[in-house]
Amino acid sequence: MTSLAGTGVLLRFSLRRDRLMIPVWVAVNALMVLSMPASLKGLYGTDAERADLIHQVETNASFRALIGPVFDTDLGALTAWRVGVYAGLVAAAMSLLIVVRHTRDEEESGRQELVASGMVGRRASLTAALLAAGVANAVLALLVTVGLAGQGVVGALALGLGIAAVGMVFATMAAIVAQLTESARLARGLTSAVLGAAFVLRAAGDSASDDGSSVLTWLSPLGWLENLRPYADERWWVLALFAAAILLQAGGAYELAGRRDVGMSFFPTRPGPATGRLSTASALAWRLQRGSVYGWSLAFFVVGVVYGGLTDGVADLVGDNENAREIFERMGGQSGLEDAFLASMVGMMGLIAALYVVQSVLRLHGEETSGRAEPVLANAVSRLGWAAGHLVVAFGGAVLLMLLTGLGFAVGYGKEVGPILGACLVQVPAVWVIGGLAVALYGLLPRAAMAAWGVAGAVLLIGWVGPALDAPQAVLDLSPFGHLPKLPGGEMSWGPVVLLTGIAAALLAAGLTGLRRRDLTT
Amino acid sequence: MTKAITVSGLHKSFGRTHALDGLDLEVETGEVHGFLGPNGAGKSTTIRVLLGLLRADAGAAQVLGRDPWADAVEVHRRIAYVPGDVTLWRNLSGGEVIDLFGRLRGGLDPARRAELIDRFELDPTKKGRTYSKGNRQKVALVAAFASDVDLLILDEPTSGLDPLMEEVFQRCVEEERDRGRTILLSSHILSEVEELCDRVSIIRNGRTVETGSLADLRHLTRTSVSAELAGPPNGLAALPGVHDLDVQGHRVRLQVDTDKLDAVLRQLSESGVRSLTSTPPTLEELFLRHYQEAAS
Repeated sequence: MTSLAGTGVLLRFSLRRDRLMIPVWVAVNALMVLSMPASLKGLYGTDAERADLIHQVETNASFRALIGPVFDTDLGALTAWRVGVYAGLVAAAMSLLIVVRHTRDEEESGRQELVASGMVGRRASLTAALLAAGVANAVLALLVTVGLAGQGVVGALALGLGIAAVGMVFATMAAIVAQLTESARLARGLTSAVLGAAFVLRAAGDSASDDGSSVLTWLSPLGWLENLRPYADERWWVLALFAAAILLQAGGAYELAGRRDVGMSFFPTRPGPATGRLSTASALAWRLQRGSVYGWSLAFFVVGVVYGGLTDGVADLVGDNENAREIFERMGGQSGLEDAFLASMVGMMGLIAALYVVQSVLRLHGEETSGRAEPVLANAVSRLGWAAGHLVVAFGGAVLLMLLTGLGFAVGYGKEVGPILGACLVQVPAVWVIGGLAVALYGLLPRAAMAAWGVAGAVLLIGWVGPALDAPQAVLDLSPFGHLPKLPGGEMSWGPVVLLTGIAAALLAAGLTGLRRRDLTT
Repeated sequence: MTKAITVSGLHKSFGRTHALDGLDLEVETGEVHGFLGPNGAGKSTTIRVLLGLLRADAGAAQVLGRDPWADAVEVHRRIAYVPGDVTLWRNLSGGEVIDLFGRLRGGLDPARRAELIDRFELDPTKKGRTYSKGNRQKVALVAAFASDVDLLILDEPTSGLDPLMEEVFQRCVEEERDRGRTILLSSHILSEVEELCDRVSIIRNGRTVETGSLADLRHLTRTSVSAELAGPPNGLAALPGVHDLDVQGHRVRLQVDTDKLDAVLRQLSESGVRSLTSTPPTLEELFLRHYQEAAS
């Protein structure tokens, strides 16, 4: 077993490095699951309401595509139905990030060489990365099992194990992809794309069948999770499917890892051009960010098409349930359920676009702290000129993304193209405020620039969970998105749109002034 | 001669650390100026102030006759800079970076670019993430030497280069000087500085402690003398300027302040000299003296 020498040390080291990241991922995921029974009890308190819900899920394909089929009426089964797939999704995202971070990231940075020169076996790093993901998923499974035990221990165990198993399927898949690519970013991107495909397959399968029996559903690990049927006569044998996939993929990763040199990959980097055409700092900024813009654009358009397509059936979906209707309306719309659904989906995409704008703005911070900005700024490039390229991509990209979302909705829904596009564009000033805040932090307090992620996260939380939890208006008002008119369906009001644009411009100006006056961090 | 760089009384603090504490520096147009100092002495901080990346707390700096902070873009049009640790974009090829940097300065001479790529044995088609440290350094060096600029600011530019490439680098610096360009070379490789530089400035704790030509500096320091005498030496210890005297029978080794050498030789010849070696201080010794004083 010398090929595993040092695994224990590396595992402890990995867990220490992730001492913040793993607990946050696990805690957020567990909270999402554990808060569900109480919330569902409020929504579907009576037997009649639950029967009604089941009837709707069985008859409404859009509903099933969004959330999945429901198998029983007790709170446990409803919880598994409502959050199972999403908890699996979050566990998978966490797992793939952990594994790539401790394998390909380490190799790419050259740190792995230093580690591998110690008393560390050939397979130790990969094993430690998978074990770190294993620990995270095991803790998650334990929290879910214990936390939901009140609804029945057996079902809680099945749900916990299922969520963790989805996590490990994507952990081992990331382990394979990390062997294939030379860049960690590409490894994360490819594995995330597989995860996205798994979600789409499940959604397609569930819209075709009301009991999860579609072949498409069975092609997706997220579909296995619902077919495990926690709280509804658990089919334990589905766990064997998970186990087989995990073992097969782990075996594949080890096989590949054993056949290659440290730092190398099966798809080596291709040579680039010997001469370049880039001639301005803005061209460089676009070159650095374009891949990310393409990826986000595609995702926003596809999501727009999918949700646009679901809109038609949505009126039956919320149907007679007063609470659900009320929540939908509180989250976004005011009149007409289809408009309300569209408005809340448009709002959701706006919140996600805030993540894009933060990521794109913080590219400036990344360029500066990595030392790549210094040689650029030592040329005849002003700081504002350097920043402008990235900021155009960030702020213009936000407009592009919302426009593509609108086009996607138009393609999927086929009605009300103008109002929907308008509704999407109305989100932009709020997205810009978040972007402006990121620029202000970066320009004025570069050490705190990463706090922009915290702001985006808080806004996301307020927008998604705030209304459902009846949060006080003062809290809801903190988010710029809360001040936007609820479109389509609501009354357009220019006041907040103009005001938010002004705030975004002021924040941008403040940040750029700071950037021009301060020392470059080195 | 006009001055390419003039710095006087430069101060810069980062929190409680005083990185620069009244630093002075003058670089004549057309000279190769060595910029020496132990790690943490403030070399890179000075260079970043000269590039307008940092703003000085006090003191004056002029680069090519302009204020490097206020007129950064104008100044940079005529400057090429090579940092000691070059970080490249992972998915841009070396050739793309060279061309980008050339265009962002005063322009690039394509013939010179091709020649330099050849001499430095650089593969310009490789992507940034696949270059070794030495090769990343070469990308920045080719971009700098091929650019049409008046002043080159090189901050430990040869870290990671092998001795052959170090040689190529030295030839390139000489060629640049012959074209009338000014070069500020911060380096730890003292043989390189001795070979290339017309004048040097040594800094310590953010302050300039020595500046001048190498001959000037040598004059200020000690010569080591070792001699074999006919009889036992006497009276050496009492002479002014003698240090580290070591007498073993008829053999003598000592260090003497260069301007006191005359008296020592007279004293030695009184005992009859059989053999004598006198070594002028190397830059290394000169430098070590400052290092050690810094440490003590």
